[in-house]
Amino acid sequence: MQGPQPVEATKVTGGPPVRATPLLRTASGEIPDRIFKAAMTACGLAVLGVLFLIIYELVNPSALSWHKFGFKFFMDSGWDPVNQQFGALPFIYGTLVSSLVALIIAVPLSIGVAVFTTEMCPKVLRGPLSFFVELLAAIPSVIYGLWAIFVLVPLLSKYVQPFLSTTLGWTGLFTGPPYGIGMLAAGIILAIMIVPIISSITREVLMVVPQNQREGVLALGATRWEMIRVGVLRNARAGILGGIILGLGRALGETMAVTMVIGNNPQIVKSLFAPGYTMASVLANEFSEATGDMYVSALIEIGLALFLVTIIVNALAQVLVWTVTRGQPARGNA
Amino acid sequence: MPDTAGSVAVQQTMRPISLYRRAVDRLMTAAAFATVLLVLAPLIAIFGYLLYKGVESVNWAFLTQIPKPEGEAGGGMANGIVGSMIILSVASLIGVPFGVGAGIYLAEFGRNRLGSAIRFTADVLNGVPSIVTGIVAYAILVRRSGFSALAGGVALAIMMVPTITRTTEEMLLLVPQALREAAYGLGVSRWRTTLSITLRTATSGIITGIMLAFARVAGETAPLLFTALGNEFWSGRLPWDSHWHSQPWTLGLNQPTAALPLQIYKYATSPYDDLHRQAWAGALVLIILIVTAVSAVRYAVRRGSFGAA
Repeated sequence: MQGPQPVEATKVTGGPPVRATPLLRTASGEIPDRIFKAAMTACGLAVLGVLFLIIYELVNPSALSWHKFGFKFFMDSGWDPVNQQFGALPFIYGTLVSSLVALIIAVPLSIGVAVFTTEMCPKVLRGPLSFFVELLAAIPSVIYGLWAIFVLVPLLSKYVQPFLSTTLGWTGLFTGPPYGIGMLAAGIILAIMIVPIISSITREVLMVVPQNQREGVLALGATRWEMIRVGVLRNARAGILGGIILGLGRALGETMAVTMVIGNNPQIVKSLFAPGYTMASVLANEFSEATGDMYVSALIEIGLALFLVTIIVNALAQVLVWTVTRGQPARGNA
Repeated sequence: MPDTAGSVAVQQTMRPISLYRRAVDRLMTAAAFATVLLVLAPLIAIFGYLLYKGVESVNWAFLTQIPKPEGEAGGGMANGIVGSMIILSVASLIGVPFGVGAGIYLAEFGRNRLGSAIRFTADVLNGVPSIVTGIVAYAILVRRSGFSALAGGVALAIMMVPTITRTTEEMLLLVPQALREAAYGLGVSRWRTTLSITLRTATSGIITGIMLAFARVAGETAPLLFTALGNEFWSGRLPWDSHWHSQPWTLGLNQPTAALPLQIYKYATSPYDDLHRQAWAGALVLIILIVTAVSAVRYAVRRGSFGAA
């Protein structure tokens, strides 16, 4: 402090009354506090409201179809809007099979990536590697679809499918004309899309495995891989499973990329080369053109089923991840 | 020294790691590395193709003209670019206040049953397939007042809220309790503390959450299919057109509106080569728009008055 302080002091006391800063002016605000709390609570309640709105808007219009077809709706494989015949089985089949193919491809890849980035690679590479993998999650679904149509599908029909049908054709899974478009293409593009989800959750879970578990196993004379298998992966099982189920949830609901490559044909065929149809794709393709109450109602019932399945799947995943990370929300960054 | 003596003794009793176990270790390391390459390959392929095809196809006409009639070459996606901006603005205007508000509720008042219920609901909403959100927006808005940019914006807003809510909550909880107590100690009321101290300290993190949500919905196509619907023309009336017809210009919020992702989808699945070219150009423009919007906001936050973090 510099200058003659006593003079300053007298100046202040003798001057005009000190202007309260805006912060202090509202110091005794019982009523504004209540209003603020009410407004924020309203925002919070809006989140609940949206969920109820979604449920209401799905349940209410689908009642018509539910009353007419009942549970048979999900067992019947005939989808013929012209003759008012609605059975959702081909779509359920398509959704499940394409997601299953995606999981079979994506799970080993994602776990491999997560293990490599947390346990094996030099520390310098960790950040950039996980950044690049998570960049995959930032690409819009329609761009995946675009790429799949013009790059992946030709690649499949020219090289991959002929190879698969000569080597694994006897399984019956890889037969038929190699058009490229079909269940296999949908599964592969879904796999690329869910790898970042599964691998980031897995990485998260691996990182909360206590360091002394690793040290303990290494001290017993294990190699690095044995340490990872026994000390890390076994401890993180539940969380990894949670990540896989979260990826499944994403795959089940994914719409655009799948719609663009699956072929959109409501049929149930064993071969993965054949075109199929998923619950999300039929909504994307037919909802805006649906005429007649029953048609719309049947489509919304498919939407409701999709909604319920993804909610159950996601809740399950959430619980599994929580058991490992103990309530810390799973986040993508290191 | 006793220490070295001990370790020598251990080494003598320890069996060397067998060749088989060492081979498995190497093999698994190689396999893990291979998975990284396999995952990065499509990433490089997608971005490479996007750049290669997109740069080749973007031109002035693409950025300034609207689509030509079916089968005719040329034209562009100017209406889609503007339409996307309008829809995303509507979504942000609705989604951000609600999301941040709900986040404030959870962080400041939400240590109770209602708070847990909202937290769980937000997590559940995060997993709702986007196409289902589209159906709901259709049921609420489109059935009453027709396809519109507003309906599209609402659908995207519903998707933004859960992400913003959860990140806002997390960021507010990171603000040290001592800061709040200091404000209370000075006699500052609770709402003022929350807005001017807590929220402001956490601004940078909250904006990151908002941009995360924005980037996620910016490329969404499925919820727009039967809300914004798409449009081959301008949905509003342009300033120069309105001057010509001496009618007021409009944004056309209540009209079917073109959006980049919708155009990309439509063109990619069309049979014309020129439209395929435009789909790639659209994809490149979409990615650039998202990246620009996100980095511009983050830059502004870092530069601006609230550089708290």
